[in-house]
Amino acid sequence: MNFDFSTDQKQLADQARRFLTDKSGPKAARAVLERGVEGHDAALWKAVAELGWLGVAIPEEFGGLGLGRLELCVLAEEMGRSLAPLPFASTLYFFAEGLLLAGSDAQKAALLPKVAAGEVIGCFAQSEGPGAPNMQRLATTFEGGLVGGEKIPVADGGEATHALVLAREGAGTSLVLVDLAQAGVSRTPLKTLDPSRGHAKLTFQGAMGERLGAPGEGANITQSILDRAAVLLAFEQIGGAQACLDMAVDYAKNRYAFSRPIGSFQAIKHKLADMYVAIEVARSNAYYGAWALNTQAPELPLAAAAARVAATEAFHLASKENIQTHGGMGFTWDVDCHLFYRRAKLLAVQAGAPAIWKEKLVARLETKNAA
Amino acid sequence: MDFNDTPEEAAFRAKAHAFLSNTVKLKGAEKVPLMKRLSDREFLAAAKAYQSAKAQAGFAGITWPKDQGGQGLAPIYSVIFGQEEGKFDAPGAPFTIGLGMCIPTMIAFATDAQKQRYVGPSLNGEEIWCQLFSEPSAGSDVAALKTKAVRDGDDWVINGQKVWTSGAHYSDFGILLVRTNPDVAKHKGLTMVFVDMKAKGVDVRPIHQMSGGSNFNEVYFTDVRVPVAHTLGGEGNGWTVALVTLMNERLAVGGSPGPDYKEIMELARDAAGPDGAALLKNAAFREKLADWYVRAEGYKLGKFRTMTALSKGQTPGPESSIGKVITANQLQDITNAAIEAQDHYGIISEDALSPMEGVFQQSYMWAPGLRIAGGSDEILKNIIAERVLGLPADVRVDKDVAFKDLPSGR
Repeated sequence: MNFDFSTDQKQLADQARRFLTDKSGPKAARAVLERGVEGHDAALWKAVAELGWLGVAIPEEFGGLGLGRLELCVLAEEMGRSLAPLPFASTLYFFAEGLLLAGSDAQKAALLPKVAAGEVIGCFAQSEGPGAPNMQRLATTFEGGLVGGEKIPVADGGEATHALVLAREGAGTSLVLVDLAQAGVSRTPLKTLDPSRGHAKLTFQGAMGERLGAPGEGANITQSILDRAAVLLAFEQIGGAQACLDMAVDYAKNRYAFSRPIGSFQAIKHKLADMYVAIEVARSNAYYGAWALNTQAPELPLAAAAARVAATEAFHLASKENIQTHGGMGFTWDVDCHLFYRRAKLLAVQAGAPAIWKEKLVARLETKNAA
Repeated sequence: MDFNDTPEEAAFRAKAHAFLSNTVKLKGAEKVPLMKRLSDREFLAAAKAYQSAKAQAGFAGITWPKDQGGQGLAPIYSVIFGQEEGKFDAPGAPFTIGLGMCIPTMIAFATDAQKQRYVGPSLNGEEIWCQLFSEPSAGSDVAALKTKAVRDGDDWVINGQKVWTSGAHYSDFGILLVRTNPDVAKHKGLTMVFVDMKAKGVDVRPIHQMSGGSNFNEVYFTDVRVPVAHTLGGEGNGWTVALVTLMNERLAVGGSPGPDYKEIMELARDAAGPDGAALLKNAAFREKLADWYVRAEGYKLGKFRTMTALSKGQTPGPESSIGKVITANQLQDITNAAIEAQDHYGIISEDALSPMEGVFQQSYMWAPGLRIAGGSDEILKNIIAERVLGLPADVRVDKDVAFKDLPSGR
């Protein structure tokens, strides 16, 4: 039994944690959040690219390090822990995974080396309004090589150079690769609950695009991208949840009430133990997802759904109970609790809300049982 | 990252599986499991024969030192054997506590002559041991126990009552924690001894549980004489010895304690939901099913992580305490939902009439006990908070007070 990350992978995690604690941490997220519009920390993005992190899961032939998804998982956890204000998820979990999954050799050769170098920022444009995207009723269209319609919200849509756009093409759906630096694209920044990560509305008016994968395959490719992203996001969520637990434990040891540390009260102990249990359940599920992702196992769809459901629950619990443990201080703007509470909500809905993933999980479990 | 055994582990697993195939039947091979099929007396005889076969084949005392008749192997091999054994209807239960907790305590604290006398017969399936710690007024706070031992010549004279003792009625010996000095602080006045369960003055009575069955006993001690030479770890060191005993409990990597998401999913395929369609198609039910699946997987995969640590020669810490918090609550939750899913019919608890031979109804009545036994939810959460997260201990009012002066309530 070797159900753990390797020594090298753990070293990468340590290196990432030290670097991000030093250069990012919640401070960088707060700076982006308080400035409001930029959506990411460009200097940090450049530094992360120079460290090679953007290319860990990109094959060497496309300019990456060609390591694997396990390396990306450990980096994702550190990104989540530090609340790094970077378009890391959009670019790597969605855009690069989409290219690797369905891109032509020409598309991969043109874009992946630039992703690894930090020159291409990708985004994933799926949502069109409240509720889960309805593949049968997409308003965005792809006809004659041109995209028309509106996508709202798009994570990192303000600073992305390229987008994967889910669009209706004839009777089916296709996924369309769009270079955003063109006249047919306009962007409107959006105010969101988590301004440490940029969001925009993207409007396409006859924007030129090229298909990623075959026509009519948009919904299927999207599903595969979401499964991959679900595992990687789960690690970000676990990193964030663990940071909340660490903050809460530290506070509970040092905050005194009734002449004793509040952490000596069982009401606080049991709350923090519940957070710990939720995080460990999530971690075990996420490890399984990581294994399935890295080995391209047929178990991936079910494992990804379980990782996603457990991690969303853990981060939600940890972020809200961290505030509760901090009492009134936790409700202030100056204490970082709310940054995690905001990020937890973003990550909970970004790739499909919990109810959607629970339904996917059960449907996949039924399929597995029928097999 | 993978789920593979090392070559040594794989070879051991294959050997264990071969032994089990030749000795006991796979679970489900017979409609009624061994424990229900046989009388208590027959089951005990089967258990002793099985333990003896294990010892002869080299699968007893897997982690014990070789000079004590063990195999001298790393803990991972014990877990692997347990995994394989779990696939079979093997009558191992009567020996779990003796070999898992009592004899390791003997190995740590008994004299050479005592080890010579007691370790072998237990390992070979001839003698069964039980553990006598809990009392009516000492459960989570076991150091509050009152059973008294008073020195009389070369004997301790023991009076008091123990409770929740598994297997006391068929045990030959037990390790017994007693109070030898009420004039010092409570943890300091305890002593561990081992006792002959057939001795005069030992009275074992079954406890009638809320579930209807009797899996545990009360044990009364009335002027029971135990040689002072049967003291383990020295007078007044009972608490230290008890901690060693309890530490051995932690490595138990058990399976799911009853019906889980698979069983309720099967039930929901046939049972009608609130709208008349199959419950399995009901959105609210599906959301809960997803939660149960995630927790069951979290528990199962968490054990794989523990095994990984063992396989690398690390000692898993108190973090493995979370297992029972998850499984006991999940059992109560799922059995409750399964009964409600059957609507009024769910109240029937006849094996012949209830779905899956009434497993949900039986486990619903067992689950409250599981949340308490072997460390209640609350104590386990304290352990996680204090030993894993490093939170400060609660303020103690019993540390520097003589035991006899402590308030004890009811």
